[in-house]
Amino acid sequence: MTELTWPLSNLRSMAESRLVLAHSLSDARSSATSVPDPNDNENLAEQNIGRSAGLPELVAPQRHLGRWAAAVFVVLMLAWVGYSVYTNPSIDHGAISDFMFSGAILQGLKTTLILALLAGLLSIALGTVIALFRLSGNPVLTAVAQGYVWVFRGTPLLVQILILGNFSLFYPELAIVVPFTDITLVSADTNSILTMFTASVLALGLHDAAYMAEIIRSGIQSVDKGQTEASRALGLPGWVMQTRVVLPQALRVIIPPAGNNFINMLKMTSLVAVIAGGDLLTQAQNLSAANLKTIELLLVASAWYLIVVTVFSVGQMMVEKRLGRGYSRRSSRTAVSLRLRRISK
Amino acid sequence: MTAVVVAERVHKQYGTLEVLKGINLTVHKGEVVCVLGPSGSGKSTFLRCINQLEDIKSGHIFVHDELMGHKPSAGRLHRLSKRAINKQRQGIGMVFQHFNLFPHMTVLQNLMLAPVKVGKVPKEAAKSYAMQLLDNMKLADKAHSYPAQLSGGQQQRVGIARALAMKPDLMLFDEPTSALDPELVGEVLEVLRDLANAGMTMLIVTHEVAFAREVADTVVFMDQGVVVEAGDAKEVLEHPAEERTKEFLRRTLSPTASAQKRTD
Repeated sequence: MTELTWPLSNLRSMAESRLVLAHSLSDARSSATSVPDPNDNENLAEQNIGRSAGLPELVAPQRHLGRWAAAVFVVLMLAWVGYSVYTNPSIDHGAISDFMFSGAILQGLKTTLILALLAGLLSIALGTVIALFRLSGNPVLTAVAQGYVWVFRGTPLLVQILILGNFSLFYPELAIVVPFTDITLVSADTNSILTMFTASVLALGLHDAAYMAEIIRSGIQSVDKGQTEASRALGLPGWVMQTRVVLPQALRVIIPPAGNNFINMLKMTSLVAVIAGGDLLTQAQNLSAANLKTIELLLVASAWYLIVVTVFSVGQMMVEKRLGRGYSRRSSRTAVSLRLRRISK
Repeated sequence: MTAVVVAERVHKQYGTLEVLKGINLTVHKGEVVCVLGPSGSGKSTFLRCINQLEDIKSGHIFVHDELMGHKPSAGRLHRLSKRAINKQRQGIGMVFQHFNLFPHMTVLQNLMLAPVKVGKVPKEAAKSYAMQLLDNMKLADKAHSYPAQLSGGQQQRVGIARALAMKPDLMLFDEPTSALDPELVGEVLEVLRDLANAGMTMLIVTHEVAFAREVADTVVFMDQGVVVEAGDAKEVLEHPAEERTKEFLRRTLSPTASAQKRTD
């Protein structure tokens, strides 16, 4: 908090002192007879009568010819690309609209969404635990957290998906046992538990958790130490301090990269097509394997990914706006209206 | 007079650096004690030890005859549980140099959080008491503003109101005006003066020698982790017995030194 408010109030007081300085300067000027008062318009006009005779007062707004030229050029090029795709005889445009809402594609879309949401939840839960391990101050837990991030961030997601998809090859049976003994509580065939869907959720979630852990850690560390001190001085129990004071402020820092991360992961779900995860891309590829309309189905899949990502981006923007309360001296505006303003200027 | 705070032989170390070397101090009920001293003298650290924001190495701190933060067992002092320490802190209000208001909450929410969550005060009652406090601070119209929308002086007054919302009988102030622009110091000192007149027991770490002379009953001068001199405020400030106190007062009161401080 102090970091945020202090520069602001310092700047303000600096601006004020500069105003005061300007006033005292102009006072000094008006008291000296030789220097004309810049605020005395009549006097000024009299003195400059020769120079400013016939000169217009208003300054015309600047013209940005270069900007306009660049904009027109870029729009024309984009229109040309669009036209070329639209008129390409090798692309069956009817097929795109036909498959956009076909049952198999919608089923794949549903799987992709469920996959992303479940993996996202796993990633947040596991990422939080790893972040807390990392910040625990316990050297063993810290090392475990660092080791996790090292392994899961250091190997490609595609490889992790392939390993989990083929898990039954080297662990044919999964069981809950008492560690270091031969006592087995429950056991089952790996393939019956670790279906391609659960393998996909696990691979995506475990991989993403490594990134989330780092995001959450940096968010928690960004909260000023004075905040926890003030909470403790008020006698707030640790739970209240974490949920009411630390977390809301950490979230403000966590949400933008976490949203980016989630959107990235949502697109990465397409990688599970390599183990036939049943997602959007798997379905699109299954269809195109049958009807050979490869590009059309890839375009359909792309359109759906774009739509879903857009929806989540808007949601993220709204969450960020809400968490930004109290951090601006003026009433907050959304990024959209700011962007529109910049363009209209 | 009953003693509110009693400190006996308080030692504190950061690694090998000894910052408090046996502090003895008593604050009586209704007394205003100002702690003066150069930076690094350990005065803020001592204040933070009283409400257990820092743990001490040896010695005793009593608040209302209760040993703070520790219990004796097998010839040693052992740290109390967090819950027990939180309970001890409830009667002690603390005001920070950098205010430490909760930036994501409105002024009213800042004031209501601890009474509702810790004191189990009903929301309505907490709200009306918070509004009353803000009214006293002439901040009633800022109840629904966020801290970032307030001036430094207003923020510090909210900080004081937040501490008072728990109805403490002891207030600790850690350089409450050091982070303020010079023209905003007055409004905060005025609130401190009102509190002192209302009979609040106060321990104030400050650089404002003039304020200490006016409001404090007792002045404690600390340097390098020890209490160099303590006694009646006017006596210590006008006729310091120790050379180090004289030197400190000479430096803080000389016009060049204070001008330098302002531009910091």
